[in-house]
Amino acid sequence: MSEAEVKTNPQGDPVTSLEPEQKTNPQGDPITSVAVPKSDSDGKKDPHADAKKQKVVTPEYLFLDAPRTKEFITGSEAAKEAIRRSNVDMAIAYPITPQSETMQLVGVLYGEGYVKEYYRGEEEVGVMAAIAGGSRAGVRCFTATAGPGTLRGLEGIASWPGHRLPAVAMFTCRVVNAPLAIQPDNIEIAYLLNCGMIVFHAENQQDMYDFIMAGFIISEKNDVTLPVGVCCDGFFVTHARGYVRMQDKSMKLPPREAWRGAVPVLDAENPPARLSRDAPVQKSNFMAYNIHAVWQQEVWAAVERSRKYIEKYMGGLCTAENVEKADAVIIASGSAAAQSREAVRLCAEKGIKVGLIKVRSLRPFPTQELRKLCKDVKLIVVPEFNYVGWLAKEVAAAIYGHSKAKIIAGPHVYGGQSMPVELILDEVESGLTGKKSTNVPLSAIMGVDDPAAVAHFMRSI
Amino acid sequence: MAKRFNIRMAGVGGQGVVTGSHILSTAVINAGGESTIVPFYGSEKRMAPVESYVRVSDEPIYEIGEITFPHIIIIFHPQVITHGKSYTMPFYFGLKEDGVALINNDGPMKLHKDQARELEERRAKLYYLPATKISLEVAGMDLATNMALMGAIGCITGLTTLDSLGQAVKDRFLGKGFVVSGGTAALDSVVERKFKKKQELIEKNMAVIKAGWDYAAENGWDQPFKAAAKAEAAAAAAAKA
Repeated sequence: MSEAEVKTNPQGDPVTSLEPEQKTNPQGDPITSVAVPKSDSDGKKDPHADAKKQKVVTPEYLFLDAPRTKEFITGSEAAKEAIRRSNVDMAIAYPITPQSETMQLVGVLYGEGYVKEYYRGEEEVGVMAAIAGGSRAGVRCFTATAGPGTLRGLEGIASWPGHRLPAVAMFTCRVVNAPLAIQPDNIEIAYLLNCGMIVFHAENQQDMYDFIMAGFIISEKNDVTLPVGVCCDGFFVTHARGYVRMQDKSMKLPPREAWRGAVPVLDAENPPARLSRDAPVQKSNFMAYNIHAVWQQEVWAAVERSRKYIEKYMGGLCTAENVEKADAVIIASGSAAAQSREAVRLCAEKGIKVGLIKVRSLRPFPTQELRKLCKDVKLIVVPEFNYVGWLAKEVAAAIYGHSKAKIIAGPHVYGGQSMPVELILDEVESGLTGKKSTNVPLSAIMGVDDPAAVAHFMRSI
Repeated sequence: MAKRFNIRMAGVGGQGVVTGSHILSTAVINAGGESTIVPFYGSEKRMAPVESYVRVSDEPIYEIGEITFPHIIIIFHPQVITHGKSYTMPFYFGLKEDGVALINNDGPMKLHKDQARELEERRAKLYYLPATKISLEVAGMDLATNMALMGAIGCITGLTTLDSLGQAVKDRFLGKGFVVSGGTAALDSVVERKFKKKQELIEKNMAVIKAGWDYAAENGWDQPFKAAAKAEAAAAAAAKA
């Protein structure tokens, strides 16, 4: 063999092994191609075989009764497993940076036949418009995006509820404001809260899994017929592993039955009538203003009507632990709830009894639940992973007049910083002792009985 | 009451900071505990700063993200301190009172007097382990520096065992196919070529882990946490009685 023929590896060393070279991706994982399904006749295994064997079960059985086994997986993998069992017709991806692996993994599901249609959009404006088209045509749609992608798609997303489009979108929140960063920061949820869509906030991988599946069923209920946004603090949940208890993958949710939906599906053979009398709907016509008003009222009434399904399938809009007889209560959603669990532990070590209310559903918001839970609470601490403190505002507005609790809107971390549990502990301690907080300005602390202070608080947080 | 250690590891690219944290984390889980890790790095190149955060406990861990206030810090390379090659400055930022700083250096380092005073004020225990030297002596190469440090920290905290650490090393190189990144995969192939056989690699890594563990035990570094655990157990027993 001449010198020129000596094979070398990328490091320049001669390759002596006779083993066939395994192709790997840049992460070092073996590349396994996702081939187009072949017919059974050529003797090769049908890549869709497992998907074809899936059996439809009722949502009640799947969510509440089906046995589950525990696995240690990332949030993106949890989302993939949820989609595998959700009988999804169409998934549309746009790989924004920063993203999660979710849509890539859903692409693998397409290869395996669990998702019937899948493609990559040109950008988020196109993706969100295509989700609208898919949903209006009567199929079950899913997409996921993050941070800047959410805001780019927001024009479309904000129009989904008014068009009464059932779908599930996953938002793995990242920094959207300058200075630019790619870390988790959930400020984008503040924009989603006012769209008229249902918004859940997942604490961990398990929540991601459960909320996505429940989201499809709630979204498609006739008296709801709204899109559902499942949010999580990106990276902390999507890229990290956690324990997820999952039902067997041989089961899936019933398909979307658009023919019995509240809004007729788009029929390509019979061109659709215009939704509005004039275009745009408000144009110089008092009746059209009324139509818009009634339409929006109906959207938000539908958000309200989703409460019973969230209670049924997800076990409630919020969860409460040790709230009675607690010295203080932490109210949190998303990753802040996970940090708060540790803060509760640290407080217990110091002899302070602290309760925890985790808000799962931000739209609809658990207003009545919080009023009841916080009736006799003296101190509420609301830690958040964003600058503006949108959850503290929601809490303050919900319980105003129903609780005399002092509300501390903080601590806040932003730009992707992790929240040290010790900061939450500090707020509980300073709230109880009256000691000046090191992290939260006085303007973000709502006092007990000073109306001016309350007004200042609502303006400042 | 939960026994909980938040450990921040800081080193430079190529030293196996992330790999070391995975091995410690897996070893604690192998020994029946709970653990999570969060790696943190920028560009993947040699000598660039790397941090990894490991939480270990005997109860479920809910906390996520970076560790700002650690009980223990492990410094893999003296340049983390001398050149500021770290995401956390100074290297002991946020170290809790009575915390431990395990530093890879051949003997005590001369710290700036302000830093020495601050460390003294929070009653930090500074343990200097010649981890690279141990790695060179025992394994004949410096790439097992992380193993010496993981052995020592296993001994100091008492949260895992030599057997569990050994199992974690086996998992890392033989089994589950855990790969951190492209850079690490490339480094793996270098390590494997140098050691010729994986079995030899595992044995040498284990020998370095044991040497690190023994060094810590010989210097009595495991005593403070042992004493604290004993005192807590005694207090619990007294409370029961």
